[in-house]
Amino acid sequence: MADIAFHLNGTQVTVTGASPTRTLLDWLREDAHLCGTKEGCNEGDCGACTVMVTDEHGARVLNACILFLPQLNGKAVRTVEGMSGPDDTLHPVQKAMVAHHGSQCGFCTPGFVVSMAVAHAQGRRDHDDVLAGNLCRCTGYAPIVRAAEAAATAPVPDWMRTDASFLSAKISSGGEAAGRGGQTAPLAAFQPTTTNALADWYATNPEATLIAGATDVGLWVTKQFRDLGQVGFLGGIADLQRVDRDGDQLRVGAGVTITDLMAAVQDLHPSFAELLRRYASVQVRNAATIGGNIANGSPIGDGPPALIALGATLHLRRGDMRREMPLEDFFLDYRKQDRQPGEFVEAVRFPAEAPALRCYKLSKRFDQDISAVCGCFNLTVEGGTVTAARIAFGGMAGVPKRAAGAEAALVGHAFSLTRIAAAQAAMAGDFTPLSDMRASGDYRMRAAQNMLLRYHHDLAGLPVDVLGVAP
Amino acid sequence: MSMGRALPHDSGPLHVTGAARYVDDIPLPGGALHLAFGLSGCAHGEIAEIDVSAVRASMGVVAVYTAADFAVMPDCSPSAHDEPLLAVDRVHYMGQPVFLVVADSHLAARAAARLGRITYRELPAILTVDEALAADARFEQGPVIWAKGDASAAIAVAAHVIEGRMEVGGQEHFYLEGQVAAAIPQEDGMLVYSSTQHPTEVQHKVAHALHLPMSAVRVEVRRMGGGFGGKESQGNALAMACAIAARDTGRACKMRYDRDDDMVITGKRHDLRILYRAGVDDAGRILGLEFTHLVRCGWSQDLSLPVADRAMLHADNCYHLPAVRIESHRLRTNTQSATAFRGFGGPQGMLGIERVMDHVAHALRLDPLVVRKANFYAAASAPGGRLPPGPPEDSFQQRKEGVAQTTPYHMPVEDFVGHDLVAALEQSSDFQARRAAIAAWNKGSPILKRGIALTPVKFGISFTLTWLNQAGALVHVYQDGSVHLNHGGTEMGQGLFQKVAQVVAGVFGIDAGAVKITATDTGKVPNTSATAASSGADLNGMAAKVAAEVIRGRMADFLAEKHQVKPGAVRFADGMVRVAGETYDFARVVMWAYQARISLSSTGFYATPKIVWDRVRGTGRPFYYFAYGAAVTEVVIDTLTGENRILRTDILHDTGTSLNPALDIGQIEGAYVQGAGWLTTEELVWDGKGRLSTHAPSTYKIPACSDRPPVFNVALWGQPNREDAVGKSKAVGEPPFMLGISVLMALSDAVAACGDGSVYPALDAPATAERVLWAVERVRDV
Repeated sequence: MADIAFHLNGTQVTVTGASPTRTLLDWLREDAHLCGTKEGCNEGDCGACTVMVTDEHGARVLNACILFLPQLNGKAVRTVEGMSGPDDTLHPVQKAMVAHHGSQCGFCTPGFVVSMAVAHAQGRRDHDDVLAGNLCRCTGYAPIVRAAEAAATAPVPDWMRTDASFLSAKISSGGEAAGRGGQTAPLAAFQPTTTNALADWYATNPEATLIAGATDVGLWVTKQFRDLGQVGFLGGIADLQRVDRDGDQLRVGAGVTITDLMAAVQDLHPSFAELLRRYASVQVRNAATIGGNIANGSPIGDGPPALIALGATLHLRRGDMRREMPLEDFFLDYRKQDRQPGEFVEAVRFPAEAPALRCYKLSKRFDQDISAVCGCFNLTVEGGTVTAARIAFGGMAGVPKRAAGAEAALVGHAFSLTRIAAAQAAMAGDFTPLSDMRASGDYRMRAAQNMLLRYHHDLAGLPVDVLGVAP
Repeated sequence: MSMGRALPHDSGPLHVTGAARYVDDIPLPGGALHLAFGLSGCAHGEIAEIDVSAVRASMGVVAVYTAADFAVMPDCSPSAHDEPLLAVDRVHYMGQPVFLVVADSHLAARAAARLGRITYRELPAILTVDEALAADARFEQGPVIWAKGDASAAIAVAAHVIEGRMEVGGQEHFYLEGQVAAAIPQEDGMLVYSSTQHPTEVQHKVAHALHLPMSAVRVEVRRMGGGFGGKESQGNALAMACAIAARDTGRACKMRYDRDDDMVITGKRHDLRILYRAGVDDAGRILGLEFTHLVRCGWSQDLSLPVADRAMLHADNCYHLPAVRIESHRLRTNTQSATAFRGFGGPQGMLGIERVMDHVAHALRLDPLVVRKANFYAAASAPGGRLPPGPPEDSFQQRKEGVAQTTPYHMPVEDFVGHDLVAALEQSSDFQARRAAIAAWNKGSPILKRGIALTPVKFGISFTLTWLNQAGALVHVYQDGSVHLNHGGTEMGQGLFQKVAQVVAGVFGIDAGAVKITATDTGKVPNTSATAASSGADLNGMAAKVAAEVIRGRMADFLAEKHQVKPGAVRFADGMVRVAGETYDFARVVMWAYQARISLSSTGFYATPKIVWDRVRGTGRPFYYFAYGAAVTEVVIDTLTGENRILRTDILHDTGTSLNPALDIGQIEGAYVQGAGWLTTEELVWDGKGRLSTHAPSTYKIPACSDRPPVFNVALWGQPNREDAVGKSKAVGEPPFMLGISVLMALSDAVAACGDGSVYPALDAPATAERVLWAVERVRDV
């Protein structure tokens, strides 16, 4: 494919002839001979490969193991080797990590250092969230957090601020030109900059694989060795990344990352935002998009249950043809969606207000884990009576799905413990959850039923969240 | 004085800049090849056919090996010669290497390895301990049984009999750096880089695979990205495969397991079922106790026998068991061969007795801590002395007679510090007041419940295979005064190299930074034991001390003669040498010694004294000493979902006179969190076909940052080791892992708070949210 140009630790590099699915991690270690960035899992779950990537949206951390080289076009990458200054002055977090004994075997340390340095530059002190995507097996994390705290007040070094200045020298993508001319070679990577260009190209190349954040598609390559054929990278489409207020609705473009969605709903839907805080890790949320989370059709994605509970509408597009549908109708069956060849998710729209929305994520580990059950509840209670109910679950069926029976058992009745028991019983008819390595089917059902009870207590102001208990 | 200083890890600056070099980072000669195994997709079966034509045709593939390519299949086993490098005729677990791909890139090798077509004649697979018992599939002829007194008779006359069973899950090591090795052909042998805790074993295995004497193979290990026991034997296959391919191709060969392959191929901590029957008096004191361990060992023997032994050896923990019988079944299953993992069976054995304490306390409606204390071994006597007579109400015979109480394996416990240590922790953690506050809080909290527990640890230090308790070191002092240190221990992150450097620096009276730490190298120090059993600093620190003292002695003799004083009058401190009122730079004395033709290089050797052990009869003194500790953990659970988290942890741990308090506290914090993970979120799941479903971090959940206790107080006990260990320190690698048991017991306490006390929670491990919820329902459904 065409050349890929980006800045690496302050120096411009051009990669020629690489496969569009070559990962940054492999390229760094094997071609650039920068071995500080480590491979721990090759699937975006351990953070040993964390790098800092700067583009017009600012600096963020990403997992290099599931980041394809074309995604870096025109951006600036900083690896652990670029965290210390030009004269080898250690970054404050590096110094603190040494002084506070934050490394033992040291293998996870480069990833931690990058995560910590980026958070340091952003003034973040929520270390548990910042570091949720970096696994350490030696230290038990305590000394790492002590190091992060110790470094927090140190000034941000100059070299951490320089990457943004490289972006003006952005090199235009050859892939885009090739796409417009319709002369895509079999292995070409298409990198459109507008939704219109994407729509045109995808309508004529419906077999192509669309890649937004690559947090799932990345694994098709690194773990399954799938040949993706033609690929289209969506990361450069600015108008797909917009969040717009549309009357009493919020319209979120498919290319909006989970990080940006989280910020957009922080004040409107704090419970949804809290659910998104537990959506994977910072590194993954910085890459993954809400469009990908929906289009992927996973039964255990965390976005859809919340959006369905909110009554979201999905916007699909094929060429110039657009249609919309309630989000729950998009999911037909396990990994099967109501999407035509060449059609893609353009946006999702949902109410900006839903004070009774509560989202509960149940997973083996609190942070950076896939839900065993994700239950989202949105009831309208007027004068003690339930007048509307939207209850949606992930992990309970082959698709994200509403609990129709439970909803019906509630609507028109008093929101009481007796009625909840009836709705819990009805829920048993709504789902036949499976047993897998995350949870048994019986447990999924019981927990889902109990979540309804939790919702009742939660709205009543009773403490129901172990994360809310102070030591 | 460098010993005892809280110096940072020697590699800290390299770690944080990405400059620390691991095996996969070592530049190899041009044309290096990359290896991957093709794996069995069948848990037990005869291999009908291996079709690797598509593998051979795959891009970048240089060679493919199957069993047919070997006249005699090399063996990877560290113990029993039962682990062929590649499966011969039969596969024994899903994930067993069947063929080997050699290709021009790591990706090409991995991709090609998926293209093999292996057909099997499936045989019945034994996956569970029940199936193994039914089929009498086991290692050794029958169960190993150790006994002291007549447990059955004691239980028969006891006021109360408490019976139960517990499932204890295994644990994936999840070292961040996966298994990796590289081999570079030499003109007369092989150079191997391996991420191994046991370079000598790799050397031995590579020599065996290449039909070379061990002297023709050199293994170098600078550091590992974590080991935890998972790199004691599990790296053999990679090093051997690399060496064979390197010999055949004449090119450097490297192999590293992708994470999923690593988890599917390699062994984990042994899971087991523990059955127990305890006879106790009204105070909860154990009169007689019977344990049965059903240990799932997997397909090959590996280290399972000593692991299962160590589980038995820790079945008492801190408690005197007057009459006890322990029966251990080492069961063979068609799963990954369970292997060493921090604690080496000790955690499993210890969990059994802590479960008994918890269960007894619940049954008798007593405070679990009171029951624990009532069963403690008698306190340590003065070194070498006899115990003072016990208080008159103490009915235990040994106590009356004033001799040290013995373990189930008849070793006198002479150094028990549990009474004082636990009392100190109780106070520093405000245990009793918090316990009362939690009870009050729980009364007002219908959905969330808190729990708290204090559990102690007594862990035996020494390899139970006695001959392994030896170490060598090599120290050179160069003519400019710089010191080069080498020893048989390996660095996996624990800070061993720094500790040993501090010991050597202490001998010479120089700064620890002046001691050059070098990679473990079988060409420098031969016949080393694995860096395991927490023994790294004890053994290698002593050996290095001996070596350094030899050189210092020669320097002292030389100076003493020159100044006509006794050698003992020559002092080495602060980078200086003082003699007869004169003060010289260390380097200056070195130069003089060199010019006087005095040898400035020495080996050192150490063998642990006092230990004797008969593992067949289960008697002796397998341990030089015990390391102690205790933890208080407070948790909260959600009774609607079983979700749970740690709220606060207080630890007091015994590392003797610490060689480096910072490194020791790092080991304790890390071990506790790893132990907590073992007992909570880390769940290994196999499907009905024997396929490991949890083979990546997406499905296997080690603790993340927010899982650490938000309040985490760790302190060192600080009393010197009674035995003459290096610097009077105590080993620290494994013992604090078992402090994590307090998490499970605190969860048990929280679950118990949901019921009326009539039903024991009987929490199995790991206590996932699911298990906690079911336990809550059990204690409520009465």
